[in-house]
Amino acid sequence: MKFAAFASTAIILAGATSGFADPISERKDNMKDRGALMRVLAPIAQGQQPFDAATVMDALEKLNADAQAAIDIDVLWPAGSETGDTKSSPRIWSEREAFQAAVDKFASDTAAAVAANPQDLPAFQAVFGPVASNCGSCHEAFRL
Amino acid sequence: MSTLGKLAVVGVVLAAAGVASFWWLSAPQELNAEELSRLAAGGDAARGEQVFWAAGCASCHAAPGAIGEDRLTLGGGVRLETAFGTFVAPNISQHPTQGIGGWSVADLANAMLRGVAPDGSHYYPAFPYTSYARMRTEDVADLHAFLTGLPAVADAAPPHEIGFPFNMRRGLGLWKRIYLDSSPVIAFADSSEAVTRGQYLVEGAGHCGECHTPRDSFGGLEKGQWLAGAAAAEGQGTVPNITAGEGGIGDWSADEIASLLESGFTPEFDSVGGSMASVVRNMAELPASDREAIAAYLKAIPARANGY
Repeated sequence: MKFAAFASTAIILAGATSGFADPISERKDNMKDRGALMRVLAPIAQGQQPFDAATVMDALEKLNADAQAAIDIDVLWPAGSETGDTKSSPRIWSEREAFQAAVDKFASDTAAAVAANPQDLPAFQAVFGPVASNCGSCHEAFRL
Repeated sequence: MSTLGKLAVVGVVLAAAGVASFWWLSAPQELNAEELSRLAAGGDAARGEQVFWAAGCASCHAAPGAIGEDRLTLGGGVRLETAFGTFVAPNISQHPTQGIGGWSVADLANAMLRGVAPDGSHYYPAFPYTSYARMRTEDVADLHAFLTGLPAVADAAPPHEIGFPFNMRRGLGLWKRIYLDSSPVIAFADSSEAVTRGQYLVEGAGHCGECHTPRDSFGGLEKGQWLAGAAAAEGQGTVPNITAGEGGIGDWSADEIASLLESGFTPEFDSVGGSMASVVRNMAELPASDREAIAAYLKAIPARANGY
């Protein structure tokens, strides 16, 4: 029993050390980076800015990197990071499986957009719509 | 009679007068004959659909997170967790007993404009009749025509979870005497057509102030802090300041405000969350001119620093 308690403490400590010292600011940075990339991509998708394949692919790859970096939700949303200067909803911790599914869906949609390698506006719009729809649906459920 | 006896008589008379005046003051105030006569012409379902989206009915009365056609299935069930208890949105589908399928247009108008149920009881202001009171009766007639074409849902929504004393609905009659006011919130000396339309949408059907304006300890809106942002009245967190004051959206252009209402994206391409996501799905159904009108109104109202 004592060993079990010791072992679980060790596992928790190991988990903590492999995560970030300040997960709240790390996840905010990740989200703000996504916003900056959306600022590049959305006006192109809406036809307000000219389509440029290299610009679009660069932004999609970075967006995908942000998405993949968030897949392990215990790193950016570990237990104990519910409180503080955060707009993460308590539902992230009370509905862990649903949140994991939402994070996985975004990562799979961004990966699909990169794999599609869109070379013109209609091809880009076809993959960008599903990617962008994740923002609102995930924020509706999991951000205050 | 002894002095004590006289005092007792006076006490009983005063208590009786108190009960009588409470009963009189808290009585439901239904629409009068002249107001009801404006419903007689009947409604137009196509116009009523626009009223339905503007009034955000689906946000509480459809299933949580509903998208697309599911927003027209109005079985209720959304839970609003507040300081007064948990309100559960009722079934307003066309089911004759579980929903409002048996309601006349006058029943709907008394509910939305006066907060009075067909049985004469008061509704809780979690149902935002404090804003809907500013709607035109003709819009309610159109909405009624639209609602009658929607599906029936046979499941009853669960009851509210409200403790004493707030479970005594008669007392809401007094609350309404203080807080139910159909006059405009902002008095414009002179406003453009867009601002006038925006005022109708924001202060009336859209009921934006119900979340974006702080409330006093009795749950009434603090109109001096109109749209200045607030601690969330339901759920957790804060609701943003949407005036041009400190902490607000003064640096947003009118186009950026209108764009958020259609896409959900802020000028920084953050995406709105929580209950605003559903509001955006409603606003996106309106003509662009309505979203532009809301933006014009928000640009015209007094700037306030954060209300929370």
